[in-house]
Amino acid sequence: MRSFSETFQNKANLISRRMFILSTIKVGVFVSIISRLFYLQISENIKYRSLSDKNRFREWKLVPQRGIIEDFFGNKIADNTQTFQLYMTPEDVPNLEELFFKLSKIIDFNETKRKRLIKRLKKRKPWEPIIVSDNLSWPEFSKLNLFLHEMQGVKPVVALARKYSEDGSSSHIVGYVSEVSVKDLESTEWLREINVPGLKIGKNGLEKFLNKRIVGQPGIQRFEVNAYGKRIKELELFKGNAGENFRTTLDQEVQKFTSELIKKKSGSVCVMDIYTGDIVSLVSNPTFDPNKFVHGISQEDWQALIKDTKKPLINKSMAGLYPPGSTIKPIVALSALENDVISPKFTVECRGSVDLYDRTYHCWKEKGHGFMNLRNGIKQSCDIYFYEVARRLGVDRLSVTAKQFGLGQKVLGTFFEERSGVVPNTKWKLKNIGKGWYLGETLIAGIGQGYFQSTPIQLCLMTAQLANGGYKIKPKIIYNEQNFQTTTEDGGEKFKQLYRNQENVKFILDAQFGATNEPMGTSYRSRHVKPEYIYAGKTGTSQTRTITAEERKLKLKQKDLPYKKRDHALFIAFAPYRNPRYAFSVVIEHGGTGSSAAAPIAKKVIRKVLDRHKLRTKYQSDLFKEV
Amino acid sequence: MEKNYFQKRNQSISDKILAFDFQLLLLILALGTISILAMYSSEMGHFSYYTQSHLYRFSIFFLIFIIISFFRIQFWYKSAYLFYFLVMILLFGVDLFGVTASGSKRWISLFFINLQPSELMKVSLIIFLARYYDKIPTTNVNNLKYIFIPFLSFMIPAFLVASQPDLGTAVLIAISGLIVIWLTGFKIKYFLYSFFVLFCLIPIGISFLKPYQKTRILTFLNPERDPLGAGYQIIQSKIAVGSGGIFGKGFLQGSQSYLDYLPEKQTDFIFTLFSEEFGFIGSLILLTIYALIIYRIAVIGSESRNNFARLFCFGFAAAFFVYVTVNMAMVLGLLPIVGAPLPIMSYGGSSMLSIMVGLGIVMSCKIHNQEDLS
Repeated sequence: MRSFSETFQNKANLISRRMFILSTIKVGVFVSIISRLFYLQISENIKYRSLSDKNRFREWKLVPQRGIIEDFFGNKIADNTQTFQLYMTPEDVPNLEELFFKLSKIIDFNETKRKRLIKRLKKRKPWEPIIVSDNLSWPEFSKLNLFLHEMQGVKPVVALARKYSEDGSSSHIVGYVSEVSVKDLESTEWLREINVPGLKIGKNGLEKFLNKRIVGQPGIQRFEVNAYGKRIKELELFKGNAGENFRTTLDQEVQKFTSELIKKKSGSVCVMDIYTGDIVSLVSNPTFDPNKFVHGISQEDWQALIKDTKKPLINKSMAGLYPPGSTIKPIVALSALENDVISPKFTVECRGSVDLYDRTYHCWKEKGHGFMNLRNGIKQSCDIYFYEVARRLGVDRLSVTAKQFGLGQKVLGTFFEERSGVVPNTKWKLKNIGKGWYLGETLIAGIGQGYFQSTPIQLCLMTAQLANGGYKIKPKIIYNEQNFQTTTEDGGEKFKQLYRNQENVKFILDAQFGATNEPMGTSYRSRHVKPEYIYAGKTGTSQTRTITAEERKLKLKQKDLPYKKRDHALFIAFAPYRNPRYAFSVVIEHGGTGSSAAAPIAKKVIRKVLDRHKLRTKYQSDLFKEV
Repeated sequence: MEKNYFQKRNQSISDKILAFDFQLLLLILALGTISILAMYSSEMGHFSYYTQSHLYRFSIFFLIFIIISFFRIQFWYKSAYLFYFLVMILLFGVDLFGVTASGSKRWISLFFINLQPSELMKVSLIIFLARYYDKIPTTNVNNLKYIFIPFLSFMIPAFLVASQPDLGTAVLIAISGLIVIWLTGFKIKYFLYSFFVLFCLIPIGISFLKPYQKTRILTFLNPERDPLGAGYQIIQSKIAVGSGGIFGKGFLQGSQSYLDYLPEKQTDFIFTLFSEEFGFIGSLILLTIYALIIYRIAVIGSESRNNFARLFCFGFAAAFFVYVTVNMAMVLGLLPIVGAPLPIMSYGGSSMLSIMVGLGIVMSCKIHNQEDLS
């Protein structure tokens, strides 16, 4: 018994001793757990708190309101209007097929739209609202609201969408907006930051150029979300900022008028203030309805635009390249005078053609003009005279003057679609064609043919810089902004003199007066008689191909030729002749001669612009007073 | 006859009630209350399924705990083997007729309740070993003759549980078995030998692991390995605990659990939820409650006059400690996620039943601590 109790005692002692060791270990483990808690909850608290917030909060961006583009008088060219949209939250819809069937009865929701929607649905989370239709008509919308109680999970929404003036007169210059594409995102960094589902972005024209400032700042909605990304509650709302509004120098009234004038033709009209560089009108035809692009253009409409041989999508005013033809003659003449190659008295006999460098060069007037001096050469646009002037001047000196007056470089420089054209010279040919310059090419350069390529807006600028007495101006389309080219070669000097002797410029302008207002002048038939409208101009007819000897014999009339082979009709002008204020350029593609196809249009445009001049100045001075 | 187990010659019911360890009783009630509140929070402040059944279970098991504590210690001493073998049969039953859920066969359907015998094995193994060693003199503990049965007694259930597969519970069973064996005086060097053998067997053992178990271990070593997959739980758990700070986000304010970032928040990760809402201070309080419970169990053990009770209490205290610390270390990223519930706090009937039965026997030891087994 004693031994038993002894063993018991021994055992109890042993167990208790070991228990004590164990307790020490336990305390150690507890301490380590507490220090782990301390580390996580106190030392690293900030890190984990921010991680927890990162889990919790999710931001949604709201589409900002795009700025408005107005014309000079405050008429809205690109506006925002209400559109009626239909959103659907897929997880709230009990039966998709049933809903689609009901929708097809109420709105335009056909099979293709249904398939496209189902395709989009697969890429999204069921609680994310999806746009079923973003442009409903009012009858559709009201009908929808009437039957809303029968359809669960859909939500009619009134939103803002771009609305352009419907006549399409400013479609090219203003451009259009459309959905953001992957390409847009890849190429534009700032867009990646503000991109929001449903955001529309300018693809063309001013809309594209102004994108960054006109698009606005997206609003931000902060939500608390759960682990599956579902929104639990809204925490914060930042409404965002609407984009800047822009006032342009355009006159919507003139735009419409001009667009109507060349409606059936393919071509361009440019009107520019010769002192301020304000572009009053810039029209390209045929045009298109930019509204179609806003909600995604249909395949048929797109194909129709693409396949049209008259290329409605191209802004011919600055992306269309035409040989300037005889409209370059004032520059050729000026260059020759400035370089003292000829004097105004320099005379050439025109017999209708001239043989030079083993080739025959023709004048447009087969019978010839007879003896021509410089003034008559310009007035009657004698090609033989200018062959000779060009031969003496040389293409390199000509190209210097032509470039000075705005040819061969971008006029606005801010439109990605604008092209710079070509002012050829010997170096240019060697570099771009890889061949030496032929003397014969100098001759045809003298009448604006050959390698010469210019855009209508370049011709307009050239005319303006002559008409203002020979000073450099900076064309602009956004009012209140000096120029988008931040650095200028002349160090910001406002009026840079382009001539050596102003008498030369005056002489050229007078010769152009003759061309329009004196008998035998090429645009005499399109002159204005009323003193306040009297203007000076220069016609141009640029060939689209070389005329063969056989064709010359046949004396083919323009209208007998196939459309594509007809000449481009050009006309440049400035008005009024006394105290000139506006420069004009008209280009009618394959329109025939400048005097018959382009000058009559210019005549009407000039009258319209001059009629509105008073209003424009008054409006401008009123604006100044307000300031 | 039964009355014999209930009442000893001189102990009436009222005597027994007075002999209760009220500190332990209060601590258990406090823990139960906290667990119900945590469950309530896990359901975003709704008194629904989890909270309700947790409350019912706690109430019923608390009653069972009281009843068990009235049984005389002799009863437990005598029925220790029976209890162990019954649970063993259930464990084999799981292997044969078990209910499979989420990839492992852990439950057995007993008509009215789905029981998880592996949880019950935790406590029955301790009783078994306490009973076994009670009669063996200290000098004989290290005798080869007395080594086989104890080792088999925990290795067989551990192997069965591991093959369910439920590695976490298997490890817990093995650890609690080893602790009891060690407490009886088993020489530490033998442990070292066997650990060495075990260490050598690790490469072979790894080949037996299921792919998901391997992933868990790899994930533990580097949770950022696969932040959305296997590492997700531990990363989110650490975020929840860490973001709690000193005072926590407040009751029902734990965003990690509220917004479903926290996985298994009612079961293994209930401590994470609690710690997120009540912070460092709250966690310390909870840890203190657990520490006091363990302390009380140990005190009761040391006050016992018989070695069976002493061994059981010490063994159970150690096992209880292991359950608590393994779970906490797991959710705090100190151990791999093995699936070990936090006693009483975690949702789960079998686990709570096992703990409450264990606590009941401890209480029985307290009430009848003047009794000899002879």
